[in-house]
Amino acid sequence: MRLRELAHARAGDKGDISNIAVIAYEPGDYAFLVEHVTAERVKAFFAGVVHGDVARYELPGLGALNFVMTGALGGGVTRSLALDPHGKSLSGALLELELPARQNRMPTP
Amino acid sequence: MKTIRIGAGSGFGGDRIEPAVELAEKGALDYLVFECLAERTIALAQQARLQDPNAGYDRLLDERMRAVLPVCRRSHVRIVSNMGAANPAAAAQAIASIGRDLGYAGLKIAYVLGDDVLGQVRETSPALTDGPGAFADIADRAISANAYLGVAPIVEALAGGADVVITGRVGDPALFMAPLAHEFGWREDDWERLGRGALIGHLLECGSQLTGGYFADPGVKDVADLARLGFPLAEVDADGGALFSKVEGSGGELSLRTCKEQLLYEVHDPARYIQPDVVADFTSARFEQVGPNRVRLSGGGGSPRTDSLKVTIGHHDGFIGEGQISYAGAGAEARARLALAIVEERLRMLGVAVSELRLDVIGVDSVYRGPRPDAEVLDVRARVAGRTASLQDAQRIGREVEAVWINGPAGGGGATWSARQVVAAASALLPRSLIAPTVHWLEA
Repeated sequence: MRLRELAHARAGDKGDISNIAVIAYEPGDYAFLVEHVTAERVKAFFAGVVHGDVARYELPGLGALNFVMTGALGGGVTRSLALDPHGKSLSGALLELELPARQNRMPTP
Repeated sequence: MKTIRIGAGSGFGGDRIEPAVELAEKGALDYLVFECLAERTIALAQQARLQDPNAGYDRLLDERMRAVLPVCRRSHVRIVSNMGAANPAAAAQAIASIGRDLGYAGLKIAYVLGDDVLGQVRETSPALTDGPGAFADIADRAISANAYLGVAPIVEALAGGADVVITGRVGDPALFMAPLAHEFGWREDDWERLGRGALIGHLLECGSQLTGGYFADPGVKDVADLARLGFPLAEVDADGGALFSKVEGSGGELSLRTCKEQLLYEVHDPARYIQPDVVADFTSARFEQVGPNRVRLSGGGGSPRTDSLKVTIGHHDGFIGEGQISYAGAGAEARARLALAIVEERLRMLGVAVSELRLDVIGVDSVYRGPRPDAEVLDVRARVAGRTASLQDAQRIGREVEAVWINGPAGGGGATWSARQVVAAASALLPRSLIAPTVHWLEA
């Protein structure tokens, strides 16, 4: 199963830092995301793109995780050689992250 | 209970103007705010000002003001904007002139100065916060240095009766917080309300990113009538609670999911969103869908502001040369990779001094560095981008990509190239005591 089936995402930029918000469509899936979409997995997924650390902030009230990735934008939006210097497209890429099959998924009322 | 209605008239300098007019016409607004400054906009505007002392403000200011002033005048909507960029005084003059053209004698325009701190930065050479070194290391290449001001000068302008307030660099949310602080008399140490105001401003400052822009994903996140995408407004109460909506007849979607995405947009630690007036805490924010395209925000808070203000420093940072050429059909990717290898080798043979070189195959791996596509891609562009110290070397990169047209693989077409000087942004912190905003007045 891909992350895209459980969550949506938005990427933002500040200097050489990209942040990606990953938000569960169903609040009941949030705990599953907390368990499986770790900072380590996100860093590994973006190996070759993200050259610094990845920090994860948890927002249980919104069912959201915020990943803050340093050294992610080719030296900074204003000087990057990348075709997408803002890294806007990284959100779509991250939704391809492979997750274990979700067992006994309960729809949230 | 008194409420104030604030609309977002733009989410970036080049934004669409028609939805701002629609919002002013139908939104029963008290304020219309235009946020128009990206990180390096002021540096680019400062370069324009050095060429022409009357230039250096937003390039769409004239078109935008002529479009919205009539309806704002008719409906008593006050305008707040950072369209002043590197020259708020000239922007105010331009608006006064437009006001006279349109017959609005007495239109009161206030403009804010004091964000330009290049002098203070040159004197104190603060450490750079997004990399090693201090200002002194880039001083000879510096173009501009602008501090993010808070609400105080805008509140002063509104209290003085301004119909239009024009600023240079201020914290983006401050453009929205200032009308709230003015109308509700929020104290400058009311951290909870200021924190909520910062959250409201943060949600509005990117315009349509709250109402379904930067969001649609067909089959997964479908959004209705995107061609008529409307801009958002918030009806805010004295305690910083807010009801977000968009006007009847506009397209888009204002929902829990669009609000959640925007809440975290360009945010690092959501418990400490540092603004000039407050350190806002977004973690206690809650959204409730109270009707179609109507979302109520509650919660949010803040803690005391920091002792320094963020400064963005624009500076020259070498040149970038870039070129692209297309290949299609069977073997397209292999031919694109061959083209890239040829260009790379020729640049080396020529001794072109390239400090960083990036080779992409657009359609395969130019922006998306995830898994490879399952099937062979039959429509690609080879792309070379390189960093150089001189314009001549940057141009050489582009010319070598163009030349691969007839000196490279079969079937290459649509070659394009460019070379440009890089204006980069660096950041530093400056003590508040060194920064003194002032408010100035003009009448149409």
